[in-house]
Amino acid sequence: MKPYFAAALLSAFHLPATAVEIQGSISLQQRSFVESAQFSHQGDNQTSIAIEPELYLPWNDGQDAFIFTPFARLDSLDDERSHWDIQEAKWVHLRDDWEFELGLGIVFWGVTESQHLVDVINQTDQVETVNGDRKLGQPMAHLSLIRDWGVVNAFILPGFRERTFAGEKGRLRTPLVVNPDQAQYESSAKAKHIDFALRWSRTFGDWDVGVAGFKGTDREPILQPYNQNELVPYYQQMWQISTDIQATLGEWLWKIEALHKEGQFEHYQAGVAGFEYTLIGLADTNIDLGLLSEYNWDQRGLNASTPYQNDLFLGTRLVFNDVDGSEILLGVARDLEQMSYSGRIEGSTRFGQHWRLNLEAWLFYSSESNDPLYSLKDDDMLSINLEYFF
Amino acid sequence: MKKIYLPLSLTVALVATAAISPVLASDNQGLSIMQERKLRDTGWRSSEATLAMHLTNAQGQTSTRNLRMKNLEVAGDGDKSLSIFDTPHDVQGTAFLSFSHVTGADDQWLYLPALKRVKRIASRNKSGPFMGSEFAYEDLSSFEVEKYRYQYLGEADIGGEKTWKIENIPTDQYSGYSKLITWIDQQHYRVLKTEYYDRKSALLKTLTFSDYQAYEVKQETGDENKRFWRANLLAIENHQTGKSTKLNFSEYRFDTGLTEADFNKSKLKRAR
Repeated sequence: MKPYFAAALLSAFHLPATAVEIQGSISLQQRSFVESAQFSHQGDNQTSIAIEPELYLPWNDGQDAFIFTPFARLDSLDDERSHWDIQEAKWVHLRDDWEFELGLGIVFWGVTESQHLVDVINQTDQVETVNGDRKLGQPMAHLSLIRDWGVVNAFILPGFRERTFAGEKGRLRTPLVVNPDQAQYESSAKAKHIDFALRWSRTFGDWDVGVAGFKGTDREPILQPYNQNELVPYYQQMWQISTDIQATLGEWLWKIEALHKEGQFEHYQAGVAGFEYTLIGLADTNIDLGLLSEYNWDQRGLNASTPYQNDLFLGTRLVFNDVDGSEILLGVARDLEQMSYSGRIEGSTRFGQHWRLNLEAWLFYSSESNDPLYSLKDDDMLSINLEYFF
Repeated sequence: MKKIYLPLSLTVALVATAAISPVLASDNQGLSIMQERKLRDTGWRSSEATLAMHLTNAQGQTSTRNLRMKNLEVAGDGDKSLSIFDTPHDVQGTAFLSFSHVTGADDQWLYLPALKRVKRIASRNKSGPFMGSEFAYEDLSSFEVEKYRYQYLGEADIGGEKTWKIENIPTDQYSGYSKLITWIDQQHYRVLKTEYYDRKSALLKTLTFSDYQAYEVKQETGDENKRFWRANLLAIENHQTGKSTKLNFSEYRFDTGLTEADFNKSKLKRAR
């Protein structure tokens, strides 16, 4: 049951009689790195706790709402991983065929699993997860039009969020520590530059299609040397157009994401395409077995800032369809040009009504010092995350 | 390669035809009862309900899920439904959108609140369990006459009510069942009981409907409200595993003003 808090406080502000709904989670995480660190000062273990409550205050019969979702993590090892963020702090106004939201929010674009190439609105909270799934709240004015001919999302994005980086003691970092306090920008407006984005998406039967454009500050920084033993992020201006398409044909999901991006120093194309096949009811059980394969390509080749320049991702997902919602995901991304790969196993299951346990293991290997994965090659990791939901 | 496959596929086709042919055509009595059943349940336009799902395993341990369901009647095709999960707490806010179809796979989308991601999912999982329960997705999707071929089996009494006993053979090759036997009450054409037989023709599950309640919905033509019957309790028992699931419906509301627009995938993230 959701805890409802009496509206006494709210009525003091003459808001309509309503109640705040609060939900969220508290989690305890242990990360252990099994190999000795590659760089000095790096630790081998980190324990952390995180909290993420979500407050939801509706009025006008839910047509309007205020949503507030702060987040904080306290980490025993890495000062940069001890951090907080406002994931959401927004007013949303919902109508039948249009919606408007104003404030901090998170928006996801895309269809593929091995990387989220076209997902460009939010900055990555890189210290949170290895796969970069976790994002930082982005200030936005966001209008959605929901029409027969598709959904249009228009964004004005005032204000920029800088990427987070592991600190000196943290693992999963570049050889030289990134100093985020010295971030530099191409635009004289720096983090106050106003960005724009527009997306159209539509379902045609078995096909889900999206086309998007973005113009503004690149979410991905160029890391530049600074003070001999540090790096600083440099945020250029860029624009890109992208598409993401999924065809859902029976047990087969066919997926593609592609973009063309023009920045200050280069312009290039990149793409990721592949499939997910689901074998339903494996060997007369309730278990579904998913087989995934995606090919990642970047025109810049070995000069690309991403490890996904010519890489094949192979994965398998076991969904147990049990009472506890248990799942296991196994994946390997292998570079096809040089000897480099990363592998992961993720498993999760529920205990009772409130608890979820996640286990994660990552393996990294690279023999080429110019490869972005090289600096992670000794960061093989086991992670246990126990989360309480309320 | 063809030389190997052609005879095999021919054999399969012949065997299949031989096996199915007695039931390829519905008998008139079975079909007309089912057509009347559908007719009596047409015209409710939209509905919303709150559900509690109680799962019991073979050892008697139970767990509960709470969800809300919104349904939109679609003329000439399967209905649209939106399920929003409230508990277990780790899936709170997860929303499941399904457009069921009379023939072919359903369209299904899942909203994952942690990633703010809407995912289109493979929908040949009709026979898969819904939320780890003993209900399969296909057990919960809307009844459409074309989904089965019918065979009238006779009359029977269920809890003092006179029923017709009818065999249903799924027309969809992806159904998890070889057949269903349903007991339809003769007064209101409501299903009182369904037996599910697995692909090997063994009895798999029994579903009983109870605590029926009538809801009145104003019709576009005529002054009379039409009555729609809904069971507040659905209890399903798996005879092969000993597990069972009870589904308690509450706060059923009809004709709530929902439209196609409310079942757009882009609205999943605002489902609450």
